[in-house]
Amino acid sequence: MPELLEVKDLKTQFFTRDGVVHAVDGVSFELAAGETLGIVGESGCGKSVTALSLMRLIPNPPGKIVEGSIMFDGQDILKMDEDDVRAIRGNNIAMIFQDPMTSLNPVLTISRQISEALELHLKMDRAEARKRTVELLELVNIPSAKKRADDYPHQFSGGMRQRVMIAMALSCNPKLILADEPTTALDVTIQAQILDLLKNLGREFRTAFILITHDLGVVAGMTQRIHVMYGGQIVEKADTGELFANPKMPYTWGLLRSIPRLDESRKAKLLPIEGLPPDLIAPPPGCRFEPRCQYRREICSQQVPELRHIPNSKPDHEARCFGTQEGGWLVDTDWHKDTGSARELEAIKAEVADLPPEVKRAEAAQEEK
Amino acid sequence: MATITTPAQQRAIEMNNLARKQRSLWGDAFWRLRRNKAAMLGLGIIITAALLAIFAPLIAPYDPIIQNTKAANADPFFAGTKYVDSNYLLGSDQLGRDILSRLIWSSRISMVVGLVPTTLVFVIGASLGMAAAFYGGWVDNLLMRFTDVIYAFPDLLFLIIIMATLRNTALGDLMGGLILMFAALAIVSWVGLARLVRGQVLSLKEKEFVEAARATGVPTRRIMVRHLFPNALAPVIVSLAFSIPGAMLAEATLSFIGIGIKPPTPTWGVMINEGFIVFAQSPWPVLLPGFCISLVMLAFTFLGDGLRDALDPRMKN
Repeated sequence: MPELLEVKDLKTQFFTRDGVVHAVDGVSFELAAGETLGIVGESGCGKSVTALSLMRLIPNPPGKIVEGSIMFDGQDILKMDEDDVRAIRGNNIAMIFQDPMTSLNPVLTISRQISEALELHLKMDRAEARKRTVELLELVNIPSAKKRADDYPHQFSGGMRQRVMIAMALSCNPKLILADEPTTALDVTIQAQILDLLKNLGREFRTAFILITHDLGVVAGMTQRIHVMYGGQIVEKADTGELFANPKMPYTWGLLRSIPRLDESRKAKLLPIEGLPPDLIAPPPGCRFEPRCQYRREICSQQVPELRHIPNSKPDHEARCFGTQEGGWLVDTDWHKDTGSARELEAIKAEVADLPPEVKRAEAAQEEK
Repeated sequence: MATITTPAQQRAIEMNNLARKQRSLWGDAFWRLRRNKAAMLGLGIIITAALLAIFAPLIAPYDPIIQNTKAANADPFFAGTKYVDSNYLLGSDQLGRDILSRLIWSSRISMVVGLVPTTLVFVIGASLGMAAAFYGGWVDNLLMRFTDVIYAFPDLLFLIIIMATLRNTALGDLMGGLILMFAALAIVSWVGLARLVRGQVLSLKEKEFVEAARATGVPTRRIMVRHLFPNALAPVIVSLAFSIPGAMLAEATLSFIGIGIKPPTPTWGVMINEGFIVFAQSPWPVLLPGFCISLVMLAFTFLGDGLRDALDPRMKN
């Protein structure tokens, strides 16, 4: 079956005064029609830039997609001219943004904003578009949708605005929806409602989803597969169930350890990942996670690991780690019990204490002046 | 068929209707403006002046240009001197023209001079400011340096140069110099608005809703017109409200110097200019048009202040 989306070796860089930021560095993945994918990682790891790259919304300058291809429905988005991309945006690929408080235009009514895509892409006239808008608002469970369509965004609560954003994203029946941290700005009770809504509507319309989040809890019930990103690269790919049951990358272990769990004893300590995320201007020469990894060996800082299939796991489970790959020293490690070398942990803490990058950066900035 | 609603449902519906009072941003602003007494007074004066201007031929008792030397230099009725002439309510000037009629007709010029250049300023300033901010790069640089050059030039000097050099050409003769006056005022004052709009759009285009509009596939031009411009409109309106009296005052100044609107067309500036000749004998031909200018100026300032407060979202009360 042909894939809906096929991203190959995507590299997006930002050219700043301090140097080239390798925000997305060789990301490849596929997505079938109607499939749901979660992209997980901490802030600054390149998730959002990946999403914006897919729609070619990287602000240029300073940003630029320097390499790779994004095949969507058999066409390379990166080779299209601006008009063709615009015809895809909102029509075939839609996006839901993080903060519903600021992603709606404060001076336009809700109805005008949802109608916009309908008028642009589906060439509806005003009356048709309005009718469809009300239907969409009903679909996302806005009460008395007909009346509220003429309200302004400030008359809506945060959760309702995010529903409006979802209605906007669904308006043209897109094949793919990119949801960039869709629930981060909402409180927990609303989060669940919004996620539920997304899930149900995605299923109903057979829309493929890419759900971008830093919260493993959010993707757990939502997606079929998960890609974990770190330092601009995908470091682990697996089915959602497989990833939680049998993670194969020390970074993923660290992520899972740092989530509080209800089923653990109250005394169990949360283990944070020590150290700081990599500087994407000058990334570590070997494995990107090596400077923070408690399981590291010499090879980790010398060679760059590839994304490879992992022994003792499902066939499509891949990770970027020398340790867990064929013949590695972590193949049989139980991450629940073995939290890595205490000596390395101390070394990591010491490194961070010695060389806080902020201080270094501030000094560099001073020198420049 | 009657729909059955429980009392609880009924109450929910009522609550819903209560909370659902339609109020747009502009409606809100207008509501706030209406509660501002000074602004309403200003608006009242402006409307009166506008009506006088529109219906000048019907209201003015005399033709403003016809001279009646026998009745020259009459004082207004409230002066209480022996020169009061009951035929001329506000007196007459040294050529025996009715001052009241001339004041009324003058308001026409003032209104037009206030509105037309401001409209031009709005069109030029807003489009250039938006283009500069939105396209950035060399477009921005070129437009803004050009703006800086004009900005750096003293306004009045620029006006005087334009009016003095072009007044006696064919352009200067069009409609008694009005067209030239419009052009000169527009050229001088679009820069401020262009800078204002540019600043607004620069900050607005970083907002997420612009990115969201892009992600919906909205073309650039439409983003500018539909999404950015309405958001930048509030300070623009305030600025325009203040630029109208500015243009009126500039016209009066130029006409007073004698290089504005050509006589015999009556304008307040022209009237002051001509009144100065007889100022020693009678101050009224100067004072009355001066009063009119001040009043309208004050009215616009009140309205402008009121608009600024009304459109400022931080002034919620």
